[in-house]
Amino acid sequence: MPEVRIEHISKQYGAVSVLQDFSLTIHDGEFFTLLGPSGCGKTTLINLLAGLDELDAGEIYFDDRPISHLSPKDRDIAMVFQSYALYPHKTVFENIAFPLRVNKRSKAHIDSEVRRVASLLRLENLLAKKPAEISGGERQRVALGRALIRQPAAFLMDEPLSNLDAQLRVQTRSEIKKIHRDLKRTTIYVTHDQEEALSLSDRLAVLDRGVIQQVGTPHELYRCPSNLTVARFIGSPQMNLIRGTLISQPEMIVDLGHAHIPLPPKLISTDSSEGKSREVIMGIRPEVIRVQDGETSWKAIVVGVEPVGAHSWAELRWGDHVLRARLSVDVVLVPDQVVGLEIDTNDLHLFDAHSGERLS
Amino acid sequence: MRCMTETRVGIAFLLPALTVLALVSLYPILALLWLSMRHRVLPFQIDQFIGFDNYALLFVTPRFWNSLTVTGYFAGVSVAIEVILGLGIALLLSHSFKGVGWVRAAVLLPWAIPTVVTAKIWDWMYQPQVGVLNYVLQAMHLTTAPIHWLGSPSLAIHAAIVADVWKTTPFVVILLLAAIAMIPRDLYRAAAIDGASSWHTFWHITLPQLRTILIVVILFRMIDAMRVFDLLFVMTGGGPADMTETLSIYTYKILFQTLQFGYGSAIGVVMFLLVASVSLLQLWIGRNEFRRMIGTQV
Repeated sequence: MPEVRIEHISKQYGAVSVLQDFSLTIHDGEFFTLLGPSGCGKTTLINLLAGLDELDAGEIYFDDRPISHLSPKDRDIAMVFQSYALYPHKTVFENIAFPLRVNKRSKAHIDSEVRRVASLLRLENLLAKKPAEISGGERQRVALGRALIRQPAAFLMDEPLSNLDAQLRVQTRSEIKKIHRDLKRTTIYVTHDQEEALSLSDRLAVLDRGVIQQVGTPHELYRCPSNLTVARFIGSPQMNLIRGTLISQPEMIVDLGHAHIPLPPKLISTDSSEGKSREVIMGIRPEVIRVQDGETSWKAIVVGVEPVGAHSWAELRWGDHVLRARLSVDVVLVPDQVVGLEIDTNDLHLFDAHSGERLS
Repeated sequence: MRCMTETRVGIAFLLPALTVLALVSLYPILALLWLSMRHRVLPFQIDQFIGFDNYALLFVTPRFWNSLTVTGYFAGVSVAIEVILGLGIALLLSHSFKGVGWVRAAVLLPWAIPTVVTAKIWDWMYQPQVGVLNYVLQAMHLTTAPIHWLGSPSLAIHAAIVADVWKTTPFVVILLLAAIAMIPRDLYRAAAIDGASSWHTFWHITLPQLRTILIVVILFRMIDAMRVFDLLFVMTGGGPADMTETLSIYTYKILFQTLQFGYGSAIGVVMFLLVASVSLLQLWIGRNEFRRMIGTQV
């Protein structure tokens, strides 16, 4: 169960530089997720960790052992692929047994290990079947079984749930989480799905164009996105982002044009920007917005409401902006209705409009 | 009523194709069968119905059994070499390296050359006095006297097999290359991580994934090789001492050199049955494999 240390690695495909001087440390036994849009370098990174691709520069350490010169089979890792990559002509049993077979383990050992893993993943009744004869979710469990059987030091998972339908995805997700809880092996998970990342990870990194935007726990990334990229990526639906001017007079306020938002003193320090104004982008999560019939200083017009069971999504026109708000289903709104907005200013996020960096 | 009309329309659409097939395929086969049951020798103006006498004669004629053996040997050995060699070359060429496109094109060249030209090229290379093969062998002091490649009863068939392998291995290569390109890369990546050696990977992934196409290639090549005529006819004319006389060459000689239409047709029927049975085998395996493939498309 190693600590994985990536130090100053670079990878280039032809003229395209995917990773440049990239460093990251993943703790022993941690469930770590690389989250980012396609093309952000997350798959390249996992291929480099697996040894399926070669580094141009830098080094990767498992504990203190450099591994970049080792072939995939010598790294003591297992990998789960988005395509499952099951051997189509082999039965479920043989698929799971394959890593042990090629390592020439005894028949009895293979038999007992396959049955152990099969019972862990509820695959006992499928052992004689071929991959084509079982469902997508079952295939992914077989792929997990093939990864589990060798008891590797680390698991690499490349979008393992992306080919499953929504319900199966949630179900298999909790299975993966349970397996990690039981085995406590270092697991490096790649996904573009922020919900998956938040629900599974001990820690995660948001990647964009080969650069780490932020590393932290799901809670940290959700509560304090360190820049606009992370703010846009984490949370669904996306955080409402509104351009405005930050003015210090000397209390800090954000001028949105149609409204002035006074900021609580602890949200932002006043020191540097005394007397000056600067362009900012203010972020409001949909769930911190409330509405009421009574008079408040901020008025909005209801554009639309979508009840989704536990709550409803409302679109509210506020000045030039349309805010997405998560409201209780008990709040009954009709389009064109004028409502008063209530926003807890302690939950606001402020970003520099030019650099995108977090100010609050 | 509507159903009737649809059936009729269907038949109407099929009719042109069925007519053409009947004319170019069914009629010649029936004519061949009819001829094979007659004693018909043009020079002597003989033409009479003799039932299965031609076949009876055929089965006691050593030259017929010899041609059957030669055909079987030629087809079996050349196809075996072509498939093994073709698989090896296809595996090599499936890797990308600088200039792979040129190498692939170069490998295909022999396939593009007309068989008669191939036969003539090899005929000259095998030539005892001026052939390049003997020249090289003598220059390297591997042999003192020139070897009569096509004149020696034991060597001739093998010399012909070499020429056939040279010509048709590219066909195997191109089909296998296409099939190799279809194998999902993730299978190889998974195998690499699972600890499979190159041999394991070949044995457990590449070969099973190529199974269907290999069967198709082998049967295709068998059908082709069993009918071989032009290559051998140009190179050896069936000699020396009938050692390279395949069924087609035998049929040709009986039919068109001695003009025994009845007896020659009987050999033709035997050849037709042999090739047809391989074709049927291919259709049957093809259908099963197709089902298997559809089933395992993950």
